[in-house]
Amino acid sequence: MAADPSPRFESVQQVRDGLRDLDYLADDGIAGVAYLADRLGKPVLVEGPAGTGKTQLAKSIAELTGARLVRLQCYEGLDESKALFEWNYKKQLLRIQADRASDSWSEIHDDIFSDEFLLTRPLLEAITADDPVVLLIDEVDRVEVETEALLLEILSDYQVSIPELGTIEAKQIPLVFLTSNNTRELSEALKRRCLYLHVDYPSLEREREIVLAKVPGVTEHLAEQIARIVRSIRSLDLKKAPSVSETLDWARTLMLLNIETIDEATAKETLHILLKYQTDIAKAAKELSVDE
Amino acid sequence: MSLTEPRSMLDLLNGFVTQLREAGLPVSLTENLDAMEAVQHIPLEDRDAFKYALAATLVKNQAHWRSFETVFEVYFSLRGPEYALSEAEGDSALDELWREMQDQSQAGDGRGGAGSLDALTPEEIAHLLMQALMNGDQALMRALAKQSVQRFAGMEPGRPVGGTYYLYRTLRNLDLDGMLEKLMQAMAERGDASSGLEQRLEREEYEHRISEFKAEVEAEIRRRLVADRGAEAMAKTLRKPLPEDVEFMHASREEMQSLRKALQPLTRKLAARLARKRRHGRRGPLDFRNTVRHSLSYGGVPAEPKFKYPRPAKPELMVVADISGSVAAFARFTLMLVYAISNQFSKVRSFVFIDGIDEVTDYFKSTEDIAEAIHRVNTEADVVWVDGHSDYGHAFEVFWDRHGREIGPKTTVLLLGDARNNYHASQSWVVKEIRAKARHVYWLNPEPRSYWNTGDSIVGEYGAHTDGIFECRNLRQLESFVEKLA
Repeated sequence: MAADPSPRFESVQQVRDGLRDLDYLADDGIAGVAYLADRLGKPVLVEGPAGTGKTQLAKSIAELTGARLVRLQCYEGLDESKALFEWNYKKQLLRIQADRASDSWSEIHDDIFSDEFLLTRPLLEAITADDPVVLLIDEVDRVEVETEALLLEILSDYQVSIPELGTIEAKQIPLVFLTSNNTRELSEALKRRCLYLHVDYPSLEREREIVLAKVPGVTEHLAEQIARIVRSIRSLDLKKAPSVSETLDWARTLMLLNIETIDEATAKETLHILLKYQTDIAKAAKELSVDE
Repeated sequence: MSLTEPRSMLDLLNGFVTQLREAGLPVSLTENLDAMEAVQHIPLEDRDAFKYALAATLVKNQAHWRSFETVFEVYFSLRGPEYALSEAEGDSALDELWREMQDQSQAGDGRGGAGSLDALTPEEIAHLLMQALMNGDQALMRALAKQSVQRFAGMEPGRPVGGTYYLYRTLRNLDLDGMLEKLMQAMAERGDASSGLEQRLEREEYEHRISEFKAEVEAEIRRRLVADRGAEAMAKTLRKPLPEDVEFMHASREEMQSLRKALQPLTRKLAARLARKRRHGRRGPLDFRNTVRHSLSYGGVPAEPKFKYPRPAKPELMVVADISGSVAAFARFTLMLVYAISNQFSKVRSFVFIDGIDEVTDYFKSTEDIAEAIHRVNTEADVVWVDGHSDYGHAFEVFWDRHGREIGPKTTVLLLGDARNNYHASQSWVVKEIRAKARHVYWLNPEPRSYWNTGDSIVGEYGAHTDGIFECRNLRQLESFVEKLA
């Protein structure tokens, strides 16, 4: 395993401040785990409800460290040839046909199974890269349990074994983030290799800060009100609670409508931006109206 | 700072991991090693960072977070000050206060309080608390929490009483519900929250602060108990079962809340798993037509054999549930679970009974909100025939009369209840008849197996005519049954 020459971050505080400069407001847990991931050279498994900034975390960390983001989007049916590597059959075929006369078989054999004919997919690309990279394995809960095993070698040893070429080791240890929406329990083997981070809906204060940072021109007062109403809505028993991104959409909408103070009528009219189910909207509208 | 030495740190963490394992959290050896490595990179005087470092390496499931937190608080509560550097550089006043409180609880006499607070009368304390809640002054809230525990809880060393008792005593003296009303009144008088929406938001903010205050009181009681009894003994008494292991029949109101919260992600997972199972079924026999069609692209050679994939028919479900007092919660959760994954069944019909029986399928059809439907089941269903005591025999008889002919060879019938029949006639022939017509009949019993067939329970008599009786005491057992069913 290639040794990492120098840690990327000096302290938790540095991670936190750095992310803040990029308008990503991390709490102690998030910054702490990112810092540890760098120090321990371990991947981070980020879990939590949809739309709480899990993917954004990886993106922001990449930006912060000046690294390239290599992203593997997981889906059902993902396999080795899409995630790790694939041989470029067409090129191999051409190579064989090009000098059918001259070379002996063993030469051709050695030749067509070389780097030149290897198509790198995200995982291989991440560990063979010369420049610093952040590897993001998005929505890892979507692949089948069997496919998870593909990831294990790279996550624990930062290497990929290709039968024809041998083992390729990482030139540098990339920061790895795995995100999961928790639609199924991930295997113990995978969890054991990762640091675990649960990103939940932010606290009232943090959500207000996020709104202030991400929506230009919003007043303190409005941001506070938005955060409060969203918290109130989240406490209801809904099919789908509003995510942070929906909060931001809502805040932007209110800005466009030139609203400075939210009253019941505006809240009700714009609820459909926060909530995506008709039953949820009806319920929230009922709850928000005067029922004292 | 003896704890920064590797040796004692090792012992400390090992002890902590042992506690976690005893609380039911799975911690593997590698995770233990990771934790050791992680804390070396963390400044030890930063308690939060220390906690997050341990959590990130040791706890890999969000449902276990609460258990972890409790164990952490108990295990490290007295060790806190030892981590703190004595002359901390520029810490916030809050930490200072926390440390001060730590020192005092360690001194063990519990006297002295936060300075001048001691001299106050209860009325003044109440007034101060109201001020603190109104302004969201966290430092003052903490100091007050400490003060009220000291004053009102009446804690005595060595007294074998649980923390909840002390909590109750403390909170009774503070009258926090009354406090909320007073806060709302004060706000109305100030008149800066005119609209209903504003009022609601303010109220929620106060409720939030009050619950924070309660947590503070709880933590203070815990700290004192740990000082009195030692961390190991405390960890045992504070151990709470994970939500999926809570028994339906004995769940407290809070546990019910957490159960309901646990149910939603669980149904989502279950639905995803079942859908996947259905799709990735075994390979069936050769699909001749399809193979020939594909052979055209290979010049007529059937190079790529195609197979038929079996499409198992979705079962039709009839749920017949006892909703009398003792088993109501269980029936509710089963109905919720079944309806949450109702797209895995071709049709779901539900019936509830106590001594009379009523069909409630329409409640679920008319609304998308399962919780509301359940509420209607509890309030509107006509389930009392004579006296409102469970009478399985009569309920089954009526069910057979009214709906018996609707049971077909595709129907799976679920009978839910503890079969405590109050010594009425069992009419178990109905179950036998149902089984003859239906595909499967299962009985789900929320009682522990050892209670079956004791007293007026006649689950064995009914069970003899079913395809199986299943013990469903908690969410975990219920989930595994439903997965088998679909």
